[in-house]
Amino acid sequence: MIYYDRVSKIYADNSVALEDVSFSVEPGEFISIVGHSGAGKTTLIKMLLAEEVPSSGAVFFESINVHEVPLRRLGEFRRKIGTVFQDFKLLPSKTAYENIAFAMEAAGRNEEEIRSDVPHVLELVDLGDKLNNFPDELSGGEQQRVAIARAIVNQPDVIIADEPTGNLDPVNTFEVVQILKKINDLGTTIILTTHNKGVIDSLKKRVITMDRGRVIRDDREGKYIL
Amino acid sequence: MNWVTVKRIFRTGFLSFWRNGFVSFASVLMMTFTLFIIGLAIFTGVILSTTLQQFRDKADMNVYFTTDAQESAILALQQQVNALPEVQSTQYISATDALANFRELHQNDQLTLQALDQLGQNPLGAVLNVKAKDINSYGAIANFLQGQEALQTGQPQIIDKINYFDQQHQDAINRLAQITTSAKWIGLIIIIIFVLVTIAISFNTLRLTIYSSREEIAVMRLVGAGQGYIRAPFLVEGVMYGLIAGIVTMLLFYPLTWWLGRSTASFFGGISVFSYYIEHFALLFLIIVGSGVLLGLIASYLAVRRYLKI
Repeated sequence: MIYYDRVSKIYADNSVALEDVSFSVEPGEFISIVGHSGAGKTTLIKMLLAEEVPSSGAVFFESINVHEVPLRRLGEFRRKIGTVFQDFKLLPSKTAYENIAFAMEAAGRNEEEIRSDVPHVLELVDLGDKLNNFPDELSGGEQQRVAIARAIVNQPDVIIADEPTGNLDPVNTFEVVQILKKINDLGTTIILTTHNKGVIDSLKKRVITMDRGRVIRDDREGKYIL
Repeated sequence: MNWVTVKRIFRTGFLSFWRNGFVSFASVLMMTFTLFIIGLAIFTGVILSTTLQQFRDKADMNVYFTTDAQESAILALQQQVNALPEVQSTQYISATDALANFRELHQNDQLTLQALDQLGQNPLGAVLNVKAKDINSYGAIANFLQGQEALQTGQPQIIDKINYFDQQHQDAINRLAQITTSAKWIGLIIIIIFVLVTIAISFNTLRLTIYSSREEIAVMRLVGAGQGYIRAPFLVEGVMYGLIAGIVTMLLFYPLTWWLGRSTASFFGGISVFSYYIEHFALLFLIIVGSGVLLGLIASYLAVRRYLKI
């Protein structure tokens, strides 16, 4: 469903972010990408969202070449992918409810669906009572759960979680990973980047290990080895 | 775009305006300043042009007729002159009136009056005072009169002289024309510079306002919102800034022109900015509020465009 075909990214000053990366992701997979900071994990993810353009190679999503999607169709394309980031990326001037509603509005859903789905999905991440709080009134763990709720509300085919636990304490980390696992069990493909050894070892899922822009390991049931 | 989307766009725009209270306030203030300058420019322009027009109206031309010219011939000529498109008005001063004017002018000059009495008859001819619509057309009118006179072959000449052909008179009129024309241009250029500068400032303010939202715009893009859907609420906000600033500006001009009108009407030769404001309220409202709305719309559009490119 996702295919990286010999993707390289070399910046103008000759620093290499990605070098000849190829791998594919099957529907329903839960794949973790691990590596030190600067190994190229985030660049890899930005490629899939068409935030970054590869210097050579191509990224395919369900046989669409991601970088051939025109700018005005990009929104439509990105709605197939839910995203969760280390820094949450919530809209600060909108409440938890409105943040999630915004993603639904952007997808053209009607008011009725929004009114029924948003509380439901917030309930799912255990934030049923924080509907009307603004992001700065929520803890890091709560904000990340709002972000996850926003990512899943449009029922995307894939969820990309870029270091979602990077800013969280162990308890919140555990909770976030449990939620991601639950989503994966319901059939959604998950791509997770992290450098949290505990998370990887407890997942027992496929692990891709990166170092200096290259894929150095790809294990079916991997562990954190670096 | 359906009704639900339109409703959402307006709601988002209003909410954002309200929640970013201070930023909105600052933007409205800046925009008000711009519109105020535009308004001042309009009033200055009106005062300038009416004042200059009054200077130009001071120019006129006298046609002196011979003492034996028939009044009917003069009146016929006056009608011809009146029919000219360049002519604003003419005033016929008969020989008797001319003499009375002369006596009044020289009432303290006994010597001249005595000399006049000695003559026993009226030495003055009738005069036709001509005012042109434009200061530059006196030459053409004078030439027309001379041409008419030349056509009257066989009949006695009635025009004694036209003072436009006096070098001094001609010079004075030309200089007045030159001065008022350059004053008008200088005034216009200063006004245009002021308006452009404030528009640039206001543009920049809105750009900074939207600059503070650039991360939000990036997040919206990542969540999958379309370009139009992200841009539209910002346009709504921009229009609101312009609308509010425009109305505030129009309200500010009420007491200001009232005060200015009282203290300057006599100085600027009769034009009261207050009565101009009242009489042209609809037009001024349209210009000021319209410029505000347009400015907000264009500035927002350009500012958001920069951040939509991911």
